Amino acid sequence: MSNYLKLTVLGVTTIFMMIAANYARDLAYQVHAVILTILAGGLFLWVLRQTDEPEPITTGNSEHEYFDSVIRAGVIATAFWGVVGFLVGTFIAFQLAFPALNFDWSMGLTNFGRLRPLHTSAVIFAFGGNALLATSMYIVQRTSATRLWGGNLAWFVFWGYQLFIVLAATGYLLGGTQSKEYAEPEWYIDLWLTVVWVAYLAVFLGTIIKRKERHIYVANWFFLAFIITVAMVHVINNLSVPVSLWGSKSVIVWPGVQDAMVQWWYGHNAVGFFLTAGFLGMMYYFIPKQAGRPVYSYKLSIIHFWALIFLYIWAGPHHLHYTALPDWATTLGMVFSIILWMPSWGGMINGLMTLSGAWDKLRTDPVLRMLVISVGFYGMSTFEGPVMSIRAVNSLSHYTDWTIGHVHSGALGWNGMITFGALYYLVPVLWKRERLYSLSMVSWHFWLATIGIVLYAASMWVSGIMEGLMWREVDANGFLVNSFADTVAAKFPMYVVRGLGGVMYLTGSIIMCVNLWMTVQRTPAREANLRVAVPAE
Amino acid sequence: MTEQNKKFDTDPKTTGHSWDGIEEFDNPMPRWWLITLYICIVWGIGYTIAYPAWPMVTRATAGLTGWSTRADFAAETAAQQAANAPFNNRLETTDLAAIPHDPQLGPYAVSAGAAVFKTWCAQCHGSGAAGAVGYPNLLDDDWLWGGSLEDIHTTVSYGIRNDDSADARYSEMPAFGRDELLDEHQIEAVVNYVMSLSGSPQDATMVDEGATIYADNCTACHTENAGGDRSLGAPNLGDAIWLYGGDYDTLIETVTNARFGVMPNWNGRLSEAEIRAVTAYVHQLGGGE
Repeated sequence: MSNYLKLTVLGVTTIFMMIAANYARDLAYQVHAVILTILAGGLFLWVLRQTDEPEPITTGNSEHEYFDSVIRAGVIATAFWGVVGFLVGTFIAFQLAFPALNFDWSMGLTNFGRLRPLHTSAVIFAFGGNALLATSMYIVQRTSATRLWGGNLAWFVFWGYQLFIVLAATGYLLGGTQSKEYAEPEWYIDLWLTVVWVAYLAVFLGTIIKRKERHIYVANWFFLAFIITVAMVHVINNLSVPVSLWGSKSVIVWPGVQDAMVQWWYGHNAVGFFLTAGFLGMMYYFIPKQAGRPVYSYKLSIIHFWALIFLYIWAGPHHLHYTALPDWATTLGMVFSIILWMPSWGGMINGLMTLSGAWDKLRTDPVLRMLVISVGFYGMSTFEGPVMSIRAVNSLSHYTDWTIGHVHSGALGWNGMITFGALYYLVPVLWKRERLYSLSMVSWHFWLATIGIVLYAASMWVSGIMEGLMWREVDANGFLVNSFADTVAAKFPMYVVRGLGGVMYLTGSIIMCVNLWMTVQRTPAREANLRVAVPAE
Repeated sequence: MTEQNKKFDTDPKTTGHSWDGIEEFDNPMPRWWLITLYICIVWGIGYTIAYPAWPMVTRATAGLTGWSTRADFAAETAAQQAANAPFNNRLETTDLAAIPHDPQLGPYAVSAGAAVFKTWCAQCHGSGAAGAVGYPNLLDDDWLWGGSLEDIHTTVSYGIRNDDSADARYSEMPAFGRDELLDEHQIEAVVNYVMSLSGSPQDATMVDEGATIYADNCTACHTENAGGDRSLGAPNLGDAIWLYGGDYDTLIETVTNARFGVMPNWNGRLSEAEIRAVTAYVHQLGGGE
């Protein structure tokens, strides 16, 4: 019966997408309509072939086992999109150093302006997003001692999210962007993501509701806060009216500076809830697991959780210091950002102090080292953030490379490293291997990535502060000393160093992929008990 | 893969929960952490009292300091303008030719002009004023419309071939190929002739024929000796300095479709003092006459 429903939906979708491709008003929309025609048509045929066939007997898919196949897929997607995102990032870093890499023959496709959002979305939403999907679904099952709720809905979330990524990425290359940072996808992609996200919330919440543990583990508080808040800011920031049903362009409902405010309310909470709260959820599971020690302080985890989610949501205006945004709003943004300092550090303290009694493991376990340095970078960038939100500091740092360096010490150091640590933890478990293929490769990855981040952050500090000082440099009569082009020329050496940092980080991630691949292929299997854990209480 | 939870006798109590083997200690929050959080909150309250912060019914609280970004900016700009006002007044009233020789006004005009140039002119002429393809080099003495202070002042004020100023400098080279004034062969010939004036032609056999075509079609503007005519903005063709390039293909393109370089008029955007300052700046770059 459900197959007939699926066939109807897929059939209608296929025909609608054909019509859309025919009437398309712009290239991005047309290409997307063609992609969706092929996809929906293919799925239609696939479902058709299965219809009225006897149900295959499924093994290893029962309610008594964890739903791990979708998490394995998520792990693969995370590693894949990670490498893609880092590669694009490294390439555009060199495009800034050597503008000739904006090739004439591919202008309008692979120039910096098209690739930059591709890079940011690939690393944040494709790499980071898949990491969050996979780890949250893994962790919520383990810590709730139950299988994921909703059956194949988890698969819908996974594939729906990959479709979102592909549509967003191809859209950017073809010029389909609504020019909102980190919210570039056009209206129909936003709508699709909303559907997928609600399904994700249902899977996650459903699993929590049917949990067999009495209490909800702290990691799940963070994941739930992340899922709900991202849904809220995504919807409100993307409220727009399409110009035509057959085109990708739309008009945002927020006028003028209100649009800017909503955009950075979104943008900042993409950082706060996607890249901070969600990843703190990962931290709260993988660090105690890998260290084999209890979490340092339950009280601290409660207080810093509520303080963090209460404060983060107000900090957005610090992105709009010295703009048309009224002063009172930027004051509040700045004040909330500074009060946010300690709540952010609560996560760092809980992560680091969990190691007390297990510090010796850092010498022998490079995976734990990776998790711990990620917390270190987290602490560094959550200190740097409040500092940069101070108006006087911001007047120097805003629009300079300092901001880029800040974002990357957080993204490469915190989000990247903790994800690598999680992948090293998950692959042997999910593929039932005894151990990782090579710990020395993990060490190589660790040092390449760490030195790469140091090169990146240091070069961007130097370049950003130099740039800020050059912009504001005036002579005795108050006249500007430097032209904009002078500041660009002065940054060249730092751009090269930054690019090299990117190369090292990328190389490390490729070593990781090889290591994980070999773990699955070459390492002896292990008899693992994948049954649902018995509640401890 | 990992060991089970390791416990020591000295460990504090846990909360008694366990999730997938993870337990939690019942440690208090670190005291320094809590105190720092309280300090930040107290500071935050104080700061929002001092500065504009809390939205009320019709407007936000202004803060005890009365500070605002707009007032700050206005005060800073006003102070700078007041300091420079005497100079700017003299700059506007002093005879252009006398500005560079005035011991006070000269250096002031050059540094003010440099700032104007770096903000408004560098995009086309380059931050070092060396120009680019289609945008003249301002460091040399090869002027299209003249290099005296008066000439530069006129060019900057009204611009070249723009639609916004009635006084813009204007001239238009015919598109000899597109408008079929010359055929392809004739264009090749005249290009070879022009190339021979400052270097070697691509095809020496066509130079003589080209000279005749040049005499018939080009001398009205570029003059018989190819020295150009500044009243028409017609470039000197014999000095091996090229605005769009002096290679064969570029010259064919230039003669076939002509060029129509545009410069905006700045009298709508810059004050007279600023225009005079940038005039003095450009004049002293190397080619001023």
